[in-house]
Amino acid sequence: MDSYADMYRMMCLIRFYENRMAEVYAEGKSPLFSIAAGPVPGEMHLAAGQEPVAVGVIRHLRRDDVVTAPHRPHHFAIAKGIDLRRMTAEIFGRTAGLSHGKGGHMHLFDPAVHFSCSGIVGAGFPPAVGAAFAFRRQHRDSVAVAFAGEGAANQGTFHESLNLAALWKAPVIFVIEDNHYAISVPKEQSTAIANNSDRAQAYGIPGVFVRGNDVLAVSEAASEAVARARAGKGPTLLEIETTRFYGHFQGDAETYLGAEEKEKWRQSDPIPQFRDYLLAHHLLTPDDDAAIQTEVAELVEDAIAYARQSPEPQPADALTDVFAPSLGGK
Amino acid sequence: MAVMSYLEAIRETLRQEMRHDQRIIIYGEDVGVRGGVFRVTEGLQKEFGEDRVIDSPLAEAAIIGTAIGAAVNGLRPVPEIQFADFIFPAFNQIVQEAARIRYRSNGEFGVPLVIRAPFGGGVHGALYHSQSVEAFFAHVPGLKVVIPSTPYDAKGLLAAAIQDEDPVLYFEHKAAYRSIKGEVPEERYIIPIGKADLKRPGKDLSIITYGLMVSYAQKAAETLEKEGISVEILDLRSIRPLDVEMILETAKRTGKVLIVHEDNLTGGIGGEVSALIAEHALFDLDAPIMRLAGPDVPAMPYSPPLEHAFMVTSDKITEAARKLAKF
Repeated sequence: MDSYADMYRMMCLIRFYENRMAEVYAEGKSPLFSIAAGPVPGEMHLAAGQEPVAVGVIRHLRRDDVVTAPHRPHHFAIAKGIDLRRMTAEIFGRTAGLSHGKGGHMHLFDPAVHFSCSGIVGAGFPPAVGAAFAFRRQHRDSVAVAFAGEGAANQGTFHESLNLAALWKAPVIFVIEDNHYAISVPKEQSTAIANNSDRAQAYGIPGVFVRGNDVLAVSEAASEAVARARAGKGPTLLEIETTRFYGHFQGDAETYLGAEEKEKWRQSDPIPQFRDYLLAHHLLTPDDDAAIQTEVAELVEDAIAYARQSPEPQPADALTDVFAPSLGGK
Repeated sequence: MAVMSYLEAIRETLRQEMRHDQRIIIYGEDVGVRGGVFRVTEGLQKEFGEDRVIDSPLAEAAIIGTAIGAAVNGLRPVPEIQFADFIFPAFNQIVQEAARIRYRSNGEFGVPLVIRAPFGGGVHGALYHSQSVEAFFAHVPGLKVVIPSTPYDAKGLLAAAIQDEDPVLYFEHKAAYRSIKGEVPEERYIIPIGKADLKRPGKDLSIITYGLMVSYAQKAAETLEKEGISVEILDLRSIRPLDVEMILETAKRTGKVLIVHEDNLTGGIGGEVSALIAEHALFDLDAPIMRLAGPDVPAMPYSPPLEHAFMVTSDKITEAARKLAKF
């Protein structure tokens, strides 16, 4: 399992990536905003501020454990160990991308680390339960984690999946990322109870709400949930309070959000807080921190440079991989 | 060779394939202890255990969604949707996840999944137990859709679907389950998906159809033969992909085409078949293409006279074909 300094490094890598992606995304998109202009020709949902959710949970996972993620997937993908170069090339829509430019940033996948995501809110819950079911049937101790936002917890698939996972004692962990807003609608205006984690009771499984966007608290809750799943004791529902530093998408004017609220979020940035904690406990030195900042910047710049030089796909590439290559006359 | 019903052929194929491949699992509503409401899976839980033949909750999105996750991770799920009419809660999982995963992963993830569902009317099922839903799915690239018309085809197409690396929807006409019987070989075999079957050669006109309507068309052809009208019948067997070659061959050979399906007329497979013929064989035709299909009403009505009015029958096919022959 990663050390605290490794967790900090991962959070910094995600943050640097998201901040740089915000800059790269803006290239060519001003003065007139056009979604197709610049090197990233599509939508962009950034996860800066939400690093504790990804890092706190995924540090307990192995390479063979499955993660399904939603439309805001970068932090999960990076924490799961996805190839950063190919991920970036995919976001740029280039041939070196994970799906050769067919997917874009909301549809990242990497079979090597068992990571996938979907652009449909709530769609990832049932496949995660299915993966967990397959592991049990194959007598493997792998687990599956379905990440989704608090808005997704109002989808029918969420409830159907919790019921089925509880019934089957499937090795799956449901992680709800509560960043307070489903695009513009605050949680209290969409959800009948304060904490989605309480909904676990309805399915007879543990439900834990983790406050404060605190990576160590997340890690503690996830540690228990993953151990429980791996031991064959069934699913857990975690809901993790977090904050979204950027808008729902890049270009979101965030008219629904007061400047004060946003400023409060920025003031409680989980990364400096964790750094101060590590420094105070002598788990990190200022020199370590400087080295980490240099290293993550190099990794991200390398990935961006790699993406920029990758060629664009050919039109004919749009027609490939609809079905498996014909095998034995099937 | 054993004579089996359409339903028995499906059950025995499930049994044979499950014996052959431990990765195959079946689940769905009432498929275990009861063996399905139509008893297609009867006895399978007893033979293969509760781990492989599983009674699921009434939650179609979860049934199909979990099957997708299991398929991507090494199993070969064959979930049953109890009635095709109940498939719509799972529409998102089928159309946006199952159909798309290979494409968006460059072929690195596949979804070897077979969704079985009884469909069709004429059995007094009324609004929500009678629908034909195949056209919704045939529209979607990334899905294969097969509809057998005989016990022999039911076996070969189901085995092909189970062995396929991609998602296949396998629709079974519930009126065919016990009414259609035929010889089925003991050994394993497949019928390649995408291959139509020339059921009956003829000279004057071609009926292109699938599923239960094949037997209705055969009956119509026998009647017409006595009137001196020679009818060719092409059973599509797969409606996605279509066997374009055989469709064009029969159209060119007889020059007159009647397309028959129970599904609603507008947006049904008949439109696609018709377009293919118009694009590639227009000048070989001796008459406008004719379609006979379920009427454009939102569902199959309940009362017998109303249901009969909806259903395509042998008599309706005979009448339409007679008219076309005279053109």
